[in-house]
Amino acid sequence: MSAKARITKFLDKISSKTTLHHAIYIFAILFFLVVILVPPILGTALKLNLFMDVVNNPPLMSRALNAIWLSFAVAILVGIIDLVAGIPAAWLIARGKSRWLNVLDTLADLPFIIPTVALGYSLLLFWDSSYGVSGMFSSSLISPGWLLVILLHFVFSFPIVVRVMVGALLDYQNIYEEAARTLGASPVAAERTVTFPILKPSLIGAFVLAFARSISETGATIVVAGTFENGAVFIANMNTPQNQALYGQAPLVFASMLLILIAVILFAIIQILGPRLRFPIRRVSPSFEKKLSSKSAVSLRDGATLLVLFFIILIPALFVIVSAFPAFFDGTLNSALAGTGDWQQYWQSLLLSYFIGFVATLVNVIVGLPMAIMIARKRMGKTVSAVFDVLVNIPIIVPSVALGASLALFWRSFPSVPEMLLIIFAHIAITYPYFVKSLAAAVGRVDFEIENAARILGARPFAVFRTIILPLVKYSFFAGAIIMFTRSVSETGATVAVSTNIKTVPVLLVSWIKPLLTQGGVGISSAVGLGCGFLILFSIVILLLLRFVIRGRGRY
Amino acid sequence: MPDVKVVDINKTFGDGKIVAVDNVSLEVHDKEYLSLVGPSGCGKTTLLRLIAGLIQPDKGEIYIDNVSMKNVPPEDRGVGFVFQTYALFPHMNVWRNVTYGPHIKAQDEKNAAALGRETLEMMRLYERSDAYPNELSGGMMQRVAVARALAAGAKLLLLDEPLGALDAKIRNELRYDIRHLVKDLGLTAIHVTHDQAEAMAISDRIAVMKKGKILQVGTPTELYMNPEHLFVANFIGESNFLEGYVAGVDEGLTKIRLRGNLTVYSANAKVREKDERIVLAVRPEALRLQRGLKKAQNGLQGTVKDVTFEGTITRYEILLKNEDKVIVTMPSLAGEPYSISEEVTVSFEPEKSHVFPYPPRGLMDELKLE
Repeated sequence: MSAKARITKFLDKISSKTTLHHAIYIFAILFFLVVILVPPILGTALKLNLFMDVVNNPPLMSRALNAIWLSFAVAILVGIIDLVAGIPAAWLIARGKSRWLNVLDTLADLPFIIPTVALGYSLLLFWDSSYGVSGMFSSSLISPGWLLVILLHFVFSFPIVVRVMVGALLDYQNIYEEAARTLGASPVAAERTVTFPILKPSLIGAFVLAFARSISETGATIVVAGTFENGAVFIANMNTPQNQALYGQAPLVFASMLLILIAVILFAIIQILGPRLRFPIRRVSPSFEKKLSSKSAVSLRDGATLLVLFFIILIPALFVIVSAFPAFFDGTLNSALAGTGDWQQYWQSLLLSYFIGFVATLVNVIVGLPMAIMIARKRMGKTVSAVFDVLVNIPIIVPSVALGASLALFWRSFPSVPEMLLIIFAHIAITYPYFVKSLAAAVGRVDFEIENAARILGARPFAVFRTIILPLVKYSFFAGAIIMFTRSVSETGATVAVSTNIKTVPVLLVSWIKPLLTQGGVGISSAVGLGCGFLILFSIVILLLLRFVIRGRGRY
Repeated sequence: MPDVKVVDINKTFGDGKIVAVDNVSLEVHDKEYLSLVGPSGCGKTTLLRLIAGLIQPDKGEIYIDNVSMKNVPPEDRGVGFVFQTYALFPHMNVWRNVTYGPHIKAQDEKNAAALGRETLEMMRLYERSDAYPNELSGGMMQRVAVARALAAGAKLLLLDEPLGALDAKIRNELRYDIRHLVKDLGLTAIHVTHDQAEAMAISDRIAVMKKGKILQVGTPTELYMNPEHLFVANFIGESNFLEGYVAGVDEGLTKIRLRGNLTVYSANAKVREKDERIVLAVRPEALRLQRGLKKAQNGLQGTVKDVTFEGTITRYEILLKNEDKVIVTMPSLAGEPYSISEEVTVSFEPEKSHVFPYPPRGLMDELKLE
């Protein structure tokens, strides 16, 4: 018998022991509490006294409150715009009949995998610089500021909404719409009165994710914000050596605490009030809705959707590639490949980013897997599972820069915690929910009777897991892992908050982009373009790898 | 009230790989209750959905009340559709489900309310108006689904296995409720089911489908007494099938030579060519049993292999001398029951048998239900 077979047999045998199950789930719970949830809460709680330092400084408090208010205002607006634009796109992908829709499906994902700092620079070039659309006008079309921030947040949250709604539409039983049609409802009337009310949980979920993503985003926001200062930019600004010397940690504590508190409260309100939200299904206008259902109206809607997708989202998102072209002729590419000058630090930062991403992913897979199973199968009881099902959402809804700042406040109270470990903790915390939520949902969809059938046939719990559960949830498992990895590589806010010396590649690119932001508009740099281009290329390779690995495998 | 004409309808799926409906033509008369029966996957639900306009045919025409339904969407066809899984809107209570049709067409609110009340009272569910679908039993949900279709003003009712998800007793009660309702309201109904007993109980006519084609349309009596196709003889009721050859024609009766050189006569032969390979079909209740090995007209000697008491009737499995097996059903209270291993003689009247040509792909293939 081979070593692998012996290990498998041993694990199968010991997996029957209930005490071992409990130990594994308790370990997963403790890890989540000790490494992810409690440190940021304690970090700010322990520095509560600094809160009053800001309260006693009215101009600083006013600035902080204004920044926090702007964070939430932008996030709510972005959530709404994403739903308005994302739902027609999801509808087209899920219900359309053209062969090109597979391509559309992949294109809609692109902004998600492009590192946000590259996205920020790309939008800046497209909307603000003379190399983009502004070149057709005498001045910048959209300068750095609140509008560009909203555009940016809209672009990178769009794929999340589309992905959630495509999934919901594919799972949705079309029979309800058919029933409505046979009762006399036009397609638009059936969608409004039947489909959307039934899909309400998915609509709320999509809005929450877009909202959370917007609240969290830091790196690209810094690039496009100009003088606009939301909560994330405020924390990043307060973390500079000059402001640290002026104000200390007080603004970080103040802003982090308020951002976390308000985000959690808002999330709770959405979860409680969301299901009570009533769609306008009582009012009817049969003739108007019939006109909206006509072929021409549908074509117009699809056309507008494609226009938005290409001209507001994709082309601006990929425009950074244009700035990379000169690199092929001006020697930048050669320097990059040789790793000379700044490029040495670039490759080091890139390797560092991938290393951190890998470690965070590996740790989260190991500790997140039992948590996901515990939640999905209620292994520690209904109440415990329900509580943790809610708690694992917290790192998603808390702004990553606030999370990072709070983590730093906590761990720095212990002596000699290396900065690298701090960064890894922050990335673990931020990416953990993506894997656990995705996998818990997938495990929940596997019929429990299938597991029972395997047990009755003689399979021990570990054998059930590796031969039944894992093959069925492989899609979500790999998708969750890839999303974690790309999210970690892209993460800027938390890294900026916890580290002073270590630069991951998004943080490095932000420092390369900042000098290009002049009064006259953003300058073009083949080095920045090439740096962003490499990141995009590697992200596309990872996405293609995911599609290759999971094609036709697993059901959930 | 509408009649329905389906003319040369074709429907394929999967780029033509699956032929769901194959050149089907059918006429449903005004106020008629017609059932479409057949095994799973035979195309009956597809045909129903084509009539409803939920899917479009590849070829052919559908007429409702002599009006072509080409390019007419489902909401404009005036049909009521009762889905197999009811498709009650989970976010609406019973009242809102039932009044959805009149409401969505912006009909007068008072009329809509009156219609809703009337149909719910017909279904004996008015007191449950505030309940949501997940609070109702299967039978109740089914009645709400029917009420909803009726309240929308449908004159043509399409029912897609409406009783399939219910237990046997409720199914038996509701099938008659639906028929009475349709007849009382003077509606035309097309009812899809795989349960031939259900179809026989409630239909004016039945259309038997297999692999996308309609094999035979007729009254329950016509289909049961005079099946025109082997599959119909098997699917509607039960039949014994014995393979043999045509040995000749004798005084108007077709002489059949079975295995083991046994000879019987049939009055209903669709094949009369000598030496033509055939299948003889006889219903279990058409066979008579006598004790002992006797010489009888159309008599076949054998032994009782199995006895199953089913209440009203008793089933006897008989192994004939030529190794063929037949099932005989007899009223349980008609005389002393037969015992296993008892020698018996099985006989039947020539008029109560049917002869079919032997199917090219074999008997098992022809009779199978997939």
